[in-house]
Amino acid sequence: MSDPKIEGYQFKPGFSGMAHDTASDQTMFKGVHWGKAMMWIFLLSDTFIFSCFLISYMKGRGSTPVEWPNPSEVFGLHVFGVDVPLLLIAIMTFVLITSSGTMALAVKYGYEKNKKMCGWLILATAIGGLTFVGMQAFEWSKLIHEGVRPWENPFGAPQFGSFFFMITGFHGTHVSIGVIFLFIYAYKTFAGHYDEKKRGWFTSMKGDYVEIEILGLYWHFVDLVWVFIFAFFYLW
Amino acid sequence: MNETNKKEETTTHKIGIYLWIWGLLFVLSFFSYMVDWYQFQGLLRWSLILIFMFLKAGLIMAFFMHLFWERYALVNVLLWPMTAIACFIFLMVAEFKYTLFTRLLYFFVGG
Repeated sequence: MSDPKIEGYQFKPGFSGMAHDTASDQTMFKGVHWGKAMMWIFLLSDTFIFSCFLISYMKGRGSTPVEWPNPSEVFGLHVFGVDVPLLLIAIMTFVLITSSGTMALAVKYGYEKNKKMCGWLILATAIGGLTFVGMQAFEWSKLIHEGVRPWENPFGAPQFGSFFFMITGFHGTHVSIGVIFLFIYAYKTFAGHYDEKKRGWFTSMKGDYVEIEILGLYWHFVDLVWVFIFAFFYLW
Repeated sequence: MNETNKKEETTTHKIGIYLWIWGLLFVLSFFSYMVDWYQFQGLLRWSLILIFMFLKAGLIMAFFMHLFWERYALVNVLLWPMTAIACFIFLMVAEFKYTLFTRLLYFFVGG
């Protein structure tokens, strides 16, 4: 997890370690699983994609003289005769954070080679993600029913719909892909692929619990993006 | 890199730290929801939203994604590109202000 060792290579912590890592004439990030390094690079590029969406949203919202729809009312729910602002979004946020916590614990139990706990926690994470996608589908259908389209909506500035569907849709796609992989990895964990060092489908790489951490990185990133979407799109 | 001669020794962290961070994330999410519930407006609303957002993002990245324990080379490779995003935000703020200004000028004052 933090400092895995290669034989003959001694990792140095701190800035001298960083200088060693970047200045050596061989591989950077020595001892780090390549899948983990590549997942980080992928997440970095994904960060740029989501940043571009959110920045274009900022530009669109800032440059229109028409009043922006009030998200507090648009995403509010009418339950038991009371109007609760942003209720569904708040529940979605809590569901996603819960699934992020179970994923973090799954990574920990995976490294401790606790197959059962790891598997159940991944399964719990997958169910959390599925719940999230379900609630998002409900939210989308509700808004489409109310007449929100990418080119118009009854609440205010017409740009609102296109940004909403683009940003939440792209995030929802990430969650859905994550859920699929979570179910696959839950199966692989229960089946003991990581204990037996069984090879994967597209790789000669031997199975290892580090794969759970790589999957965890992706899942935490999905949660991380939601933190920004929640702040900028729903609360701002 | 040869996978076979690699001996990985991994250390795990105590469960307490994950539960603490988890709890903190719940509390911070609750606070940011309260910002909307009490309908804070203006600068107070925006600063509270940003503070809670960055705290949540920082906790997730530092502890759930283990960046706090990672080597500096990786942390730096990940965090420095964020300055490019900050520059982009800065540029686009100037851009939307200009667009809004010209729209108002031509819609309401006339060219």
